[in-house]
Amino acid sequence: MKIIILGAGQVGSTAAQQLSREQTNDVTVVDTRDEILRDLQDRLDIRTVSGNAAHPAVLEAAGGNGADLIVALTNSDEVNMIACQIAWTLFRTPTKIARIRSGDYNQRPELFGDTAIPVDLAISPEQLVTDYVERLIRYPGALQVLDFADGRVRLVGMRALKGGKLVGHQLRELRAHIPNRDVRVAAIYRDGQNVKPDGDTVIAEHDEVFFIAARDDMRTMMKELITEEAPVRRVVIAGAGNIGYRLARALEDRAQVKLIDRSAERTRRAAETLRNTLVLTGDAADEELLLEENIDDTDVFVALTNAEEINILSAMLAKRLGARRVMALINRPSYAELMEGGKIDIAISPQTITIGALLSHVRRGDVVRVHSLRRGAAEAMEAIVHADGRNSPVAGKRIDQIGLPEGTTIGAIVRGEEAIMAHHDTVIEVDDHVILFLTDRRHVEDVGRLFQAGTRA
Amino acid sequence: MNLPMVQRILGLMLLMFSLTMLPPIGVALAFGDGHWQPFLDSFLIVAAIGLLLWLPVRKVRRDLRLRDGFLVVAVFWICLGLAGATPLLITDRPDLDFTDAIFEAVSGFTTTGATVIVGLDDLPKSILYYRQQIQWLGGMGIIVLAVALLPVLGIGGMSLYKAETPGPMKDQKLTPRITQTAKALWTIYALMTAACALGYYLAGMSGFDAVGHAFSTMSTGGFSTHDASFAYFDSPAIEVIATVFMFIGGASFALHFLVIRQRDLYAYWRDTEFRAYFRLVAIVIAGASVYLWQQGEFDTFGSALRHASFQVVSMQTSTGFLTTGFADWPGALPAFMMLLTLVCGCAGSTAGGMKVIRWLIVFRQGVVELKRLVHPSAEIPVKLAGRVVPQRVISGIAGFFAMYFVVFAVLMFLLMMFGLDQVTAWSAIATSLNNVGPGLGDVIITFRDVPDSAKWVCAIAMLVGRLEIFTLVLLLTPAFWRR
Repeated sequence: MKIIILGAGQVGSTAAQQLSREQTNDVTVVDTRDEILRDLQDRLDIRTVSGNAAHPAVLEAAGGNGADLIVALTNSDEVNMIACQIAWTLFRTPTKIARIRSGDYNQRPELFGDTAIPVDLAISPEQLVTDYVERLIRYPGALQVLDFADGRVRLVGMRALKGGKLVGHQLRELRAHIPNRDVRVAAIYRDGQNVKPDGDTVIAEHDEVFFIAARDDMRTMMKELITEEAPVRRVVIAGAGNIGYRLARALEDRAQVKLIDRSAERTRRAAETLRNTLVLTGDAADEELLLEENIDDTDVFVALTNAEEINILSAMLAKRLGARRVMALINRPSYAELMEGGKIDIAISPQTITIGALLSHVRRGDVVRVHSLRRGAAEAMEAIVHADGRNSPVAGKRIDQIGLPEGTTIGAIVRGEEAIMAHHDTVIEVDDHVILFLTDRRHVEDVGRLFQAGTRA
Repeated sequence: MNLPMVQRILGLMLLMFSLTMLPPIGVALAFGDGHWQPFLDSFLIVAAIGLLLWLPVRKVRRDLRLRDGFLVVAVFWICLGLAGATPLLITDRPDLDFTDAIFEAVSGFTTTGATVIVGLDDLPKSILYYRQQIQWLGGMGIIVLAVALLPVLGIGGMSLYKAETPGPMKDQKLTPRITQTAKALWTIYALMTAACALGYYLAGMSGFDAVGHAFSTMSTGGFSTHDASFAYFDSPAIEVIATVFMFIGGASFALHFLVIRQRDLYAYWRDTEFRAYFRLVAIVIAGASVYLWQQGEFDTFGSALRHASFQVVSMQTSTGFLTTGFADWPGALPAFMMLLTLVCGCAGSTAGGMKVIRWLIVFRQGVVELKRLVHPSAEIPVKLAGRVVPQRVISGIAGFFAMYFVVFAVLMFLLMMFGLDQVTAWSAIATSLNNVGPGLGDVIITFRDVPDSAKWVCAIAMLVGRLEIFTLVLLLTPAFWRR
């Protein structure tokens, strides 16, 4: 697929990296900053074009004629929209994805369409991150919560802690612990290394466990891995930017929320529209202020300012002052790797979240959803089994008959409204949504090929 | 530094290169010259060495860094000289010693075309074919070929490509994937070679000569299958075909690609470098033919034009084919023709030399400096085709010029120390460093009579010139090896 990425910022570069890793994609990146482009081209097998992303000549030089997909990720919503408009008008580019930050545009879906602004998918990173954080807070203890099949099945990653009923026991005992419930442990990471889970595997403290379960079984399973946590009552949010504000609004009816920001203007604006949130003007890394606001009695502290260093520091400080769980928004994957599981409980990576949403649209047709796990080291995919009259390598087969690439497991199958946990003898039928877990992301393409309708193979 | 990976790639590329010993065996069988044994031996030897390098590290999988790319390219080109010399060393027709065999192979791969062999017409067809083939492989670059054919190189392909392809600005990829870019370049190269061979054949060459000369024309190499080079054919039609295809070989293949993709011949003229290249060739041809005619070197203006245009294009594109030769031409012409090879063809072509674009940018930078003297506070960027040339590129070119002349001087002094006279020394270095072939003084047609030590210096100069100075010199700097 010929892909043009506009904007080589954090998300743009990561998207280029992930997409160019798949051999079938030809990626061209457009940006105005030569330095960044040169850097990117040295690292990745892509082409770069320097220039304004919305200029027709630049789009043409980037191969706009004949591109299958254009992804506009520049800093400006307006440039993104115009670029999509131009690509559509001049080249009839079939798929156009744009990052649209401003809530104003997003509130009016009628703006986007082939007759108006031709954006097929408007991605709002802020909204995605907000939803993600909200889900994490709703399930205390979870590191990552991902929806599949419209939320009927969820994949949860969490760190096993002392006190969890299953910790120190073999996986096969799970069935005795929670009879009648079907849960699949998809992967276990111990000290960053992947451990292949089978019945004999003993779950140790601090293991990172990924399991797949129907929505209703989630909480039961989570209790197996950690001591039951009281639901979140008190939340402190640092940073009243887009994400912080939206998160406060999403949480304020269920919990007691405090929102801290340095800028008096931002706090005033937030306070005008929030109903139950206590908005504070001040420095989130100020020990006095945090103590004053009973940080030691806080269930969750989330640092969501624009500066990742400040997020890291204030989250560490909050943890030391007694906040039960702290999360920080961290852009750089290497920082996230450093911090997570140590002084900070969860590193929130806006890139990974945005990329996940992006990739699920880029990977065509049969693969409907792909999520990056552990900052891109592993992936979870949702694929649809098609009937194509030919010999599908999947349809009608038992799971143990399918030649899956190494490190790939089928976690669950969603058939109509029903979620079925996969066993080796489960037979896959046409139109099933299959949820797979890949510990080695290099196999994404192979798996995609398995599910590709025969006509396109 | 990632030595196991470097070793793995070297092994793989040697394995790939060993396969190029097979076509000469076919030629030997087809023409019945009974001279296939040396190639079979060489095939086995090179393949065995490649295998020995590759086997212990075949499972290593790591990305090549930029630095590793330079190392691979430099070491592989040195290996090419050795591996390519194997059949020449084994055979007794011609009976070459170690130095001569290496010199001939390096001269072939670097598309220089200087030879130590006299009596080409009597050699077995397979040896003649082999000499033409190594020129063809070296022209577009055997590493570019490897990037096109070996997918394992992955991202590292870019760093290899950058270290081998000539020109000051090679960040411009033709296609998003480096393997596609390499494939596109080789496809165009092969198609044009086929067209050239067909042209030669129709103009009256034998099939063998047509293919052989097409190989050394497109690669701007200069090896011939006859001692007399193009004078052997003495046909204006063949010379015109040769002139056209040498000229094409001296233009950028990226530009050829663009023209083919856009189906627009005018794209040539829009390219600033090509325009300068074309004008330079046209002006020099016009000047030289008028001068030669005036001086009475040729009887008619027609024959002056015929020989001047062939010889000028041959030198300017660093090919080095000869008809009448230019060493005996009157006045400043011989020296001028040698100096012309410093400019040579376009970046991204198969030609050697310093490339038109570098001279163009340096010249424009000079003009800017002049303007600055008049308007000290003016902001005057150097532009090419309406776009500002980044300061980084300009200083890179300045560095290249400095390094080029330092290397030139050092190697020339070495030759003089080994007993060559001044004219022979400077023209031998110019012709080697610019990958041309013929020189002046004692090296007009062959390098057979210079001492062995001088042959080694010239062989090194050819490698340094083919890899555009930096790639090889880099290996001598401590900074490269420091971790």
